[in-house]
Amino acid sequence: MRIYRGGVGMAAWLFHRITGLAILSFLLLHIVDIFLICWGPAHFNKLLVLYTALPFRVGEVFLFAAVLFHALNGVRIILIDFQPALTERQEVLFWMEVGAFVVLFIPVAILMLGPLSTGRG
Amino acid sequence: MSRSGLRGPSGGRVRPNTNLELYAWHFMRVSGVVLVLMVLGHLVIMHLFFSVDRIDWNFVAQRYQNPLWRIYDLVMVILAVLHGFNGLRTVLDDYIHRPAWRALAQAALYLGVFLVLVIGTFTILAFDPQAWASGR
Repeated sequence: MRIYRGGVGMAAWLFHRITGLAILSFLLLHIVDIFLICWGPAHFNKLLVLYTALPFRVGEVFLFAAVLFHALNGVRIILIDFQPALTERQEVLFWMEVGAFVVLFIPVAILMLGPLSTGRG
Repeated sequence: MSRSGLRGPSGGRVRPNTNLELYAWHFMRVSGVVLVLMVLGHLVIMHLFFSVDRIDWNFVAQRYQNPLWRIYDLVMVILAVLHGFNGLRTVLDDYIHRPAWRALAQAALYLGVFLVLVIGTFTILAFDPQAWASGR
């Protein structure tokens, strides 16, 4: 089997596609779960275990990671689209994007998961 | 060639007769920039300013007393659904080649986007906290 090796550009394309599909899946779930507010507090509050249970809280951090990557990579794509000269520097742009991702993701992940370590009420 | 549906009689690519793809391309960029701000804002508000421990029915009811939050959510949900489904359309186009399956996938896609838009906008516009105010 021959494998196309497209370097960081292909990795970015693949991650953009995977995170996009993952975010769309969550969006569909989220639209349906929020729809249930129309059934009143009793039903809706029971459903919220979807957001507060431990596995889901870790999932929310992954969701944030997916949104953040898709957002930063989308900005990179738009910059290259409208400023074609940047195509030559697309690898540098990609690593800048990775840097921005790490800088933004780590503090947010700590803030999101922090309440779990101290035991929440 | 399995991609026969995309080829003209002489084997060349069929030139599209509408500007739909160009509009879709522009829409992805414009909605993308708006969504970067709105979705990251939404996540920061819900998970950092508040937290999933504090969000419940009352929280949503109180938040939706302010029509500005309904407008924020309405714009975000419409743009996100259209952006997401257009992305899915691109993905399906890439991997589904047989004309019959393409037609089926497209039909499912348009039905899906319609249903999700109806449910999403209905919730935001029709949700009435007062309906439970007396019974609580």
